[in-house]
Amino acid sequence: MDDLLNFLSFSDPNVRFVAFGTMLLGAAAAIVGTFAFLRKQALVGDAVAHSILPGVCLAFIISGTKNPIYLLIGASISGWISMLAVDYISRNSKLKSDTAIGIVLSVFFGLGILLLTSIQHSGNASQAGLDKFLFGKAASLTADDVTIFGSVAAVLILVVFLFYKEFKLISFNPDFAKSIGLPVKTLEFILSSLTVLAIAVGIQAVGVVLMAALLITPAAAARFWTHQLWKMILIATFFGASSALIGTFVSYSYPSMPTGPWIVVCLSMMALFSIFFAPKNGIVPQLNNQKINRLKIRNENILKLFYHLGEGNKNFFKGYTKQELLASRDFRIQEIVQGLDHLKKANKVRKLDDYWHLTSTGLVAAKRVIKLHRLWEMYLNQKLKLAPDHVHNDAEAIEHIITPEIEKLLEKELNYPKKDPHQSTIPYND
Amino acid sequence: MENIALETHNLTVSYNRKPVLWNVDFKLPAGQIIGIIGPNGSGKTTLLKSIMGLTPLSSGYVEIFGQQLNEVRSRISYVPQKESVDWDFPASVMDVVLMGRYSPKNLFKRISKKDKDIAAEALEKVNLLEFSNRQISQLSGGQQQRVFIARSLTQNADLFIMDEPFVGVDAATEQAILKLMQEMKEKGKTVIVVHHDLQTAKDYFDWIVLLNTRLVASGPKADIFNEELLQEAYGGKLNVLSKVGELVRQNDFPIREKQRK
Repeated sequence: MDDLLNFLSFSDPNVRFVAFGTMLLGAAAAIVGTFAFLRKQALVGDAVAHSILPGVCLAFIISGTKNPIYLLIGASISGWISMLAVDYISRNSKLKSDTAIGIVLSVFFGLGILLLTSIQHSGNASQAGLDKFLFGKAASLTADDVTIFGSVAAVLILVVFLFYKEFKLISFNPDFAKSIGLPVKTLEFILSSLTVLAIAVGIQAVGVVLMAALLITPAAAARFWTHQLWKMILIATFFGASSALIGTFVSYSYPSMPTGPWIVVCLSMMALFSIFFAPKNGIVPQLNNQKINRLKIRNENILKLFYHLGEGNKNFFKGYTKQELLASRDFRIQEIVQGLDHLKKANKVRKLDDYWHLTSTGLVAAKRVIKLHRLWEMYLNQKLKLAPDHVHNDAEAIEHIITPEIEKLLEKELNYPKKDPHQSTIPYND
Repeated sequence: MENIALETHNLTVSYNRKPVLWNVDFKLPAGQIIGIIGPNGSGKTTLLKSIMGLTPLSSGYVEIFGQQLNEVRSRISYVPQKESVDWDFPASVMDVVLMGRYSPKNLFKRISKKDKDIAAEALEKVNLLEFSNRQISQLSGGQQQRVFIARSLTQNADLFIMDEPFVGVDAATEQAILKLMQEMKEKGKTVIVVHHDLQTAKDYFDWIVLLNTRLVASGPKADIFNEELLQEAYGGKLNVLSKVGELVRQNDFPIREKQRK
């Protein structure tokens, strides 16, 4: 707990610095990643991230130092080459892009591990820490590192801000962008370069293995919460930056912990939460919606049952026992019990002794469902030329979903018919 | 023909190494509604893309209002096929329509109030103003097509090039598009539409281009709608021509010899 307080209070200037730096990296990756996600280039991001390793190693071998500028240049060059390689292979060979991505990723990463291993066994003392590029370790970042990577990240964010409108267009409809004369090739080049750079700086925080997660997961999670691009970017930024902060905290408090996996675990939690619980698009709200539909169908079917019985008895307000109701239509006993209870609360039925009666509100609701059923049968019969004995099942389902607007359209188009195809009266609530 | 909106000169285009347009050569009059008609796979969309510079040409050239594409771009509005974009993209109707106001000249600039007014006016013309803030994935096919048309209206163009605007739209949208095309024509604008349905083509267009990999015919509709030409366009591909095309593809052969300058 003290750790947390210490960390959150940012009393240690170094902690403050590194935490701010990794948040910036996380934010830059999330912002650039949103466009990669929308252009369906999530896997390309993964390939580039893995392909950065040989570049970092070569930069170290050539320069002999871990100077962040050299490493960044090496990383960007090999990242770019890998992106071009994916593009070249998928365009000029019979291989599809998923295969091209697989090939490039494994060849480059294999080469990277090979170089890394040979550096580690070379006895060069300054190499210690180079393996941090695999999983990232925020705590081992120096002030120089943070300054450089942080500024690159800040520049990335600024460039996206400047080109926001154009990036949006080329992600949505590149052909149209070309047709109005926008320099689409250049814009795509800039966007790809931003992606490579975001990955090159992002690996400081999470390492090459998990970098794709920092790039794509924030956008994927954010997509569940909004339909507006700028909001999506803001939400993705929040996810990216806050998990970077949490990962850094863990890495600081428990020096044996790598930063990357913790950041990715946090991000994954946020993504899972979004997938399940985001309003409307989440799995739980959708299941809930299905349940609401089921209950609506059940309740309306019970109301219809009252109406049908009432039609037969020429008295809509007559009372029936549960057993009588069950005998007239194929309900499960639970359905009837819960349904009646529900309807009672809505004041559509009431119970006197053991007898259930329709109320006048209930009758209005029942009439509407019956009317919709019969109108729909009429519509199928007249407009779709279906035989009267083929229309019932369809209407059983559709009657529950027709909105008041469509109801009006139906009435108008059919000119307020009095009878359905089976010659039953269509009841109107006037 | 005195007023030429568009000319293609010996246009030859390959797609995935296979020639899809052979020596297509025609002139289209300005101020008319022109339909490019042909069976599936006859190269209609490729023709539009070549006109708009979206597909590299193997040979030939295109002139619009007597000039190169780049000189007259601001006078042209291109409406791509509705299916060519992902409608699940996070954007509202207004966002998409405003894209018609983008141009190389306002790179870096924010959208202005005036742009928004123009977009709102365009949306009103296609009866979608009340849907301005609607997410585009929630639109019906017809509404999506009208969004594209509205975007095109904001471009203030003289030549409209539309790829299959009548596919998958409801009757109301079809009527709305037809009405707008008539209005454009009355204002002296030229409308070129790729269309695959022969039945309706006769009612929609003044001028018809019949295409089936090669140009079958181009002229006023009265001259084009005869049994013989339609049979030629829809009666299948020319046997030898498709065999040669297949040869070119299999051997990855250049469709034109390199020109020495």
